[in-house]
Amino acid sequence: MPQAELEQVEPLLQEFDNTRANLIPILQRIQATCSYLPQEALRRVARKLQVPLSDVYQVATFYRCFSLKPRGKHLVQVCLGTACHVRGGQKVLERTQVETGVDAAGTSADMQFTVEAVRCLGCCGLAPVMRVDKTTFAHVAQTKVRGLLTRYRPRKPATSEAEKTPAVPPESTLVQGGDHA
Amino acid sequence: MPNHGAYPLRSLEDLQAVAKVGRQRMSPAQPKIMVGMATCGQAAGATEVLKAVREVVTQDKLPYVVSETGCIGWCSQEPLLDICIPGRPRVTYGRVTPARAKQIIRALPEPKPQWALATMPGDENTLTGLYTSYLTGEDTPLRGVKSYRDLPLFKRQLRIVMRNCGLIDPASFEEYIARGGYTALWQALRTQTPQQVVDGITKSGIRGRGGAGFPTGRKWQTVREAPGSPKYVICNADEGDPGAYMDRGVLEGDPHSVLEGMTIGAYAIGASEGIIYVREEYPLAVARMKDAIQQSETAGLLGTNIFGSGFGFTVRVVTGAGAFVCGEETALIRSIEGKVGEPQQRPPYPAVRGLNGKPTCINNVETWANVPVIVARGGEWFASIGTPGSKGTKVFSLVGNIENTALIEVPMGTTLSEIVYEIGGGIPGNRECKAIQTGGPSGGCIPASKFDLPVDYDSLTAAGSIMGSGGMIVMDDHTCMVDIAKYFLGFLEDESCGKCFSCREGTQRLKEVVQRISEGHGVEADLVLLEELSWMVREVSLCGLGQTAANPVLSTLRYFREEYLEHIDHQRCPAKVCRQLITFAIDPVTCNGCGACVQVCSGKAILGEKNKLHTIEQAHCTKCGACMDICKFDAVTVN
Repeated sequence: MPQAELEQVEPLLQEFDNTRANLIPILQRIQATCSYLPQEALRRVARKLQVPLSDVYQVATFYRCFSLKPRGKHLVQVCLGTACHVRGGQKVLERTQVETGVDAAGTSADMQFTVEAVRCLGCCGLAPVMRVDKTTFAHVAQTKVRGLLTRYRPRKPATSEAEKTPAVPPESTLVQGGDHA
Repeated sequence: MPNHGAYPLRSLEDLQAVAKVGRQRMSPAQPKIMVGMATCGQAAGATEVLKAVREVVTQDKLPYVVSETGCIGWCSQEPLLDICIPGRPRVTYGRVTPARAKQIIRALPEPKPQWALATMPGDENTLTGLYTSYLTGEDTPLRGVKSYRDLPLFKRQLRIVMRNCGLIDPASFEEYIARGGYTALWQALRTQTPQQVVDGITKSGIRGRGGAGFPTGRKWQTVREAPGSPKYVICNADEGDPGAYMDRGVLEGDPHSVLEGMTIGAYAIGASEGIIYVREEYPLAVARMKDAIQQSETAGLLGTNIFGSGFGFTVRVVTGAGAFVCGEETALIRSIEGKVGEPQQRPPYPAVRGLNGKPTCINNVETWANVPVIVARGGEWFASIGTPGSKGTKVFSLVGNIENTALIEVPMGTTLSEIVYEIGGGIPGNRECKAIQTGGPSGGCIPASKFDLPVDYDSLTAAGSIMGSGGMIVMDDHTCMVDIAKYFLGFLEDESCGKCFSCREGTQRLKEVVQRISEGHGVEADLVLLEELSWMVREVSLCGLGQTAANPVLSTLRYFREEYLEHIDHQRCPAKVCRQLITFAIDPVTCNGCGACVQVCSGKAILGEKNKLHTIEQAHCTKCGACMDICKFDAVTVN
């Protein structure tokens, strides 16, 4: 684990006392800070709580909110609750995966995005919905996905050509499908 | 939180002093502007609306009060803005943009009826039984704007659980008390014995609102009598059913109602510690609950010697980690203990052996929110609402293909047709209603022909579904029932904890068979196989997840067998959903070559130059249907 991450993790561990019930809250805290659970962090948690590493690993892999691999800069959660499903949530997910270029594990090569399906964000009245980091978007038709993601893309280097089209994603020479629908 | 000279609160008079402050906050002498700031409101743009409101009030130096409120349940009209002018009815505006909000405010006191959704001349409080009128004189109706009382969406509702949602600022302890909050706690602690409280709950006939419908009074009695100490109360706010967000609405809109219910419950059963287990997908609910706990601690309504009664109680929030199975009570307890959320054999029930092996009373958010009203109004009053087997009201999230997507609270026994056609306003675009799905992945699909069914625990079970936590997803003829069965099986396959072979493998095999059918490779014998597998999964699995996992298959097979047979015998998906069985085409007569579809095509399968006829190259078509969604000329067809 990189030294920088290690320095982040140590003080987090100090916030909690050594009871077993703190296992999930500690892992949540590390996940929130590092955006994943580094292997060395799992070891340290096991040592701190005096539980077998296998127990820590079991918990870390059982619950959906934990990731053992680094996540992209932006976490895109596409809702696949029932209301979203009947209004095209699956298509929104697929479109999001294509637009962000994520791999089978859900993260894009440039580490800009991690895309995951979630089972209901509880905004069913506004289906289909999608959450990027802390912002929830309503009525996300598949044809709106590209436009919606634009603001989360890295800025192009300030070449003269980029200045003409500042907010448009690199591959969107195809024209923004964005806000037609 | 400001101290109103009375903390810690010790008596009814102390409460009344705080209530007075709360009333002034709720109905100030100046005009008040409220924005609905629940998660769904924010998703629809309420944050920007609130910002615009604050800007215009500051810029124009207007003497107005700006306040946040929770969700009143009118989801299809979010973001919602309300204007309350003293002596006049409250006016609600829907689908407000920041610009529109500024226009509305700058026009005050002229109410702009052309943009108004509804007016509220007063409100009824089910906790106190009192009606408060906002009017000083005659109600002068706004031209063309209906009162909430006359709107089909609201007139059949009876709000016990949602009594304060959308009326108070959920961050205000004083406003909750102004609505009669914490008087039931005072009443329980100072005028009743714990056993009398339990008796009141038993008399009310309330059954658990989390889904299974176990009589709450009997559960409380068991925990009360169980040997062991300390005892715990837990609020199950791990609202995992997809399509259900009633609990989020209450936690975000009226967090103190849950806290008060839990404190009363703790007193009744003899618990000293409480835990609210909230799913991590609800960050605002977590924040609201934590704030509410802190406020109650400051006011002395949590901690030691509450209301000078000698009774002490503390509450903390535990955030879930994203596992649907943790909605099951034994799995939830394991999760609080820091373990994987695998359900345990029952009995012993948590009421006898729960958290840390001690007697534990677990109830759902909605159940807890009912408790203060039952104590305040009495068990008999509560039992007078509803049907013989199901008392009180139930909150439902009415979503899917319906005109008024909404959070509604109706008396038990209201029929599905009243809910869908009257309250929900029917199906958009005059399409045909096909079914309603209740009870989440443990429930089933009820066909439109059965909509005269009264909604209560027993009728829904008899119809092959369950009440569940209250999600109601309306499906029109664009929904394929085979696809829905596949969807739920996929969900359960993902969420099965893996402990029982029958559930882990059973859901996978069931999904394989349904998938095969949806791809047109099924045979009629598959239907028999589905029924047989379903029986096995139900009979052999340990917890509720597995025992009900087959319901979505069984209920769709029971009511929509023809649709399965269409897929099997004719390789046809009547709803045109199953991708392997449909093809998209462009109608050469209607297409004007605008090129919109070319830009959105995910498979780059559409060929054709600008202003010339476009065609779809089937080999590359991913059947995503984006071309159909984007085409303004209805030139894309699906068959």
